[in-house]
Amino acid sequence: MSTPFAKLPAWADYGLIPVLNLLVAFAVAGLVVLLVGENPLRAAVILVDGAFGSGQNIAYTLYYATNFIFTGLAVAVAFHAGLFNIGGEGQAYIAGLGVSLVALTFDSVLPWWLTFPLAIAGAALVGALWALIPAYLQAKRGSHIVITTIMFNFIAASVMVYLLVDVLKPLGSMAPQTRDFLAGGQLPKLNFLLEALGLSVRSAPLNISFLLALLMAVFVWALIWRTKLGYEIRTYGFSPKAARYAGIFESRIIIITMMISGGLAGMMALNPIMGDQHHMSLDFVAGAGFVGIAVALMGRSHPVGIVPAAILFGMLYQGGAELAFEMPNISRDMIVIIQGLVILFAGALEHMFRPAVQAALASVSPRSMGVPAAKGEGA
Amino acid sequence: MDALVQLLDATIRVSVPLLLACLAGLYSERAGVFDIGLEGKMLAGAFAGASAAAVSGSAWIGLLAAVGIAVFLALVHGFASITHRGNQIVSGVAINFIAAGSTIILGQAWFRQGGRTPPLAGDSRFNAIELPGAAALRDVPVIGTIYSELLSGHSILVYVAFLMVPFTWWVLFRTRFGLRLRAVGENPAAVDTAGISVTWLRYRAVICTGILTGLAGAYLSVAQNAGFVKDMTAGKGYIALAALIFAKWKPVPAMFACLLFGFLDAASIRFQGMPWPVIGKVPVQFINALPFILTIVLLAGFIGKAIPPRAGGVPYVKER
Repeated sequence: MSTPFAKLPAWADYGLIPVLNLLVAFAVAGLVVLLVGENPLRAAVILVDGAFGSGQNIAYTLYYATNFIFTGLAVAVAFHAGLFNIGGEGQAYIAGLGVSLVALTFDSVLPWWLTFPLAIAGAALVGALWALIPAYLQAKRGSHIVITTIMFNFIAASVMVYLLVDVLKPLGSMAPQTRDFLAGGQLPKLNFLLEALGLSVRSAPLNISFLLALLMAVFVWALIWRTKLGYEIRTYGFSPKAARYAGIFESRIIIITMMISGGLAGMMALNPIMGDQHHMSLDFVAGAGFVGIAVALMGRSHPVGIVPAAILFGMLYQGGAELAFEMPNISRDMIVIIQGLVILFAGALEHMFRPAVQAALASVSPRSMGVPAAKGEGA
Repeated sequence: MDALVQLLDATIRVSVPLLLACLAGLYSERAGVFDIGLEGKMLAGAFAGASAAAVSGSAWIGLLAAVGIAVFLALVHGFASITHRGNQIVSGVAINFIAAGSTIILGQAWFRQGGRTPPLAGDSRFNAIELPGAAALRDVPVIGTIYSELLSGHSILVYVAFLMVPFTWWVLFRTRFGLRLRAVGENPAAVDTAGISVTWLRYRAVICTGILTGLAGAYLSVAQNAGFVKDMTAGKGYIALAALIFAKWKPVPAMFACLLFGFLDAASIRFQGMPWPVIGKVPVQFINALPFILTIVLLAGFIGKAIPPRAGGVPYVKER
């Protein structure tokens, strides 16, 4: 597929344009804040302070960021194959089953460090299987993966409501959730890391799955840029025709990529279930699967971009909660708007500033654009 | 008989937003612009409609506001995906989030009722219309019941929605605009070669989408319910999308698909917890998931094949 836009130097492509897009997204979010009658600058100060003002707040920010690293990586891996996995929400939700079944079975028998690997496997497996069906249908039947993964989100929600209300709920309990896990199903907190840096943390849910998330970021980088499979995934994403011509087996790539993506989304379930709540409750994903889309777009599908983007959204979540105390007009739903604006400006409108930036660069130094000024727009 | 009529009556009421949103998607997707943002436009329309109706006291001003905001969001989608050739799905997802967040934030800031708008009554709401002769025919067996109970006594938007079906068919298949709209969804290069602007044609298609999603939103908050409740579309935009695929992007089948999904919805509420013959008790969640499951089975090609417009989802790049 020929790209309709001329090439820019790398620093503009990976630095300037994403920053411009983000600035516009936040400027529009500021307008919404104005519209509800608050001062956007004061809101920003409260938000940043709420996210990073104390050790406690930083721990919360990183706890939320953990979720978004997993789901952001999940969306990014699929993006590399040219697939849009909107189903991260459902894959993470249903993967909660894998986590809880492992935890409920072994929490009285094994210590946490033996339950944890089993739960990781359970989460990844269930998430991957939930992504397998849309992947198979795309690969073999040509059903559009966007539509099928959306449908699977709704089906996952129905399945989980049924299971939590009618099957997994302990007898005599009213709340639709599993029983609380014993010590073997609880992940250790990471607050000592922040305390080692001289920060004080009272009690925050930051736990060892944060480290797992960082490990997965390294794994995704190695997979996509350092393995044969990763090369095939990128080739297929760049041009399915070229991939086919090069002898890359199309359906294999679609299915494997989607299963990796589903597995990564599934691991998100570990963080809230085993790391924080110690039981599985209704709607524990709480939109993290969708935030992953914004995170992947903002991070340009590269782990080096995804981790900071996830921390930024963690900041918005944690700071947003603090903001809601200070400015009652602004609830945490503000994040949903910002998320939408980031997806709009960093995703759908990512090329908006490209012609302008290109023209500006060309007028400053024509040679940096690689085309003689007289010829104008190349390609 | 009475129970059946009531069930069908409920089916009509819950099918209308699906039908309007589904026809909305039809215009856009037939022109080659995929639209996942039906949900968001409907939600924003519902909010704007209920807010304007509450403030002005007129349902018609509410309707105007609903259509206005939905068209605005449709133009944002067009700006991103037609003018800037962005990813249509990404743009649709963005619009859904922007609508979901801002309706809650603005609703709380303006009305302070936990995301609700003030309740509507009287002229600020679309009320039921009695069809002519409904009272006279009431006692005629079968036909009278169907006419006076089932067909009469809905709000004007219900009749508009069902009239939109033949109208859409006529526009798409009997007018020059419709022919070109379908052509631009199949082969934009050919349309361009004929000297017709692909961009302007696609913009007109997304404006149609905006108008219809606005109507759907206004129906939800100003006709079916008396006010806006947060997240009141509750996935209806996606069910409409499923119905659109189920109907293979055709107006009349779209109506039947929406009626089918609406019937499932109405029946799941009515028969909640009741045992079924042979299969026993069916969990209500299964019925709720049924539209999505059916669509996937269809997409998998097990009940006929759903083939989308060929140029759908692909931004048009004019060769220079």
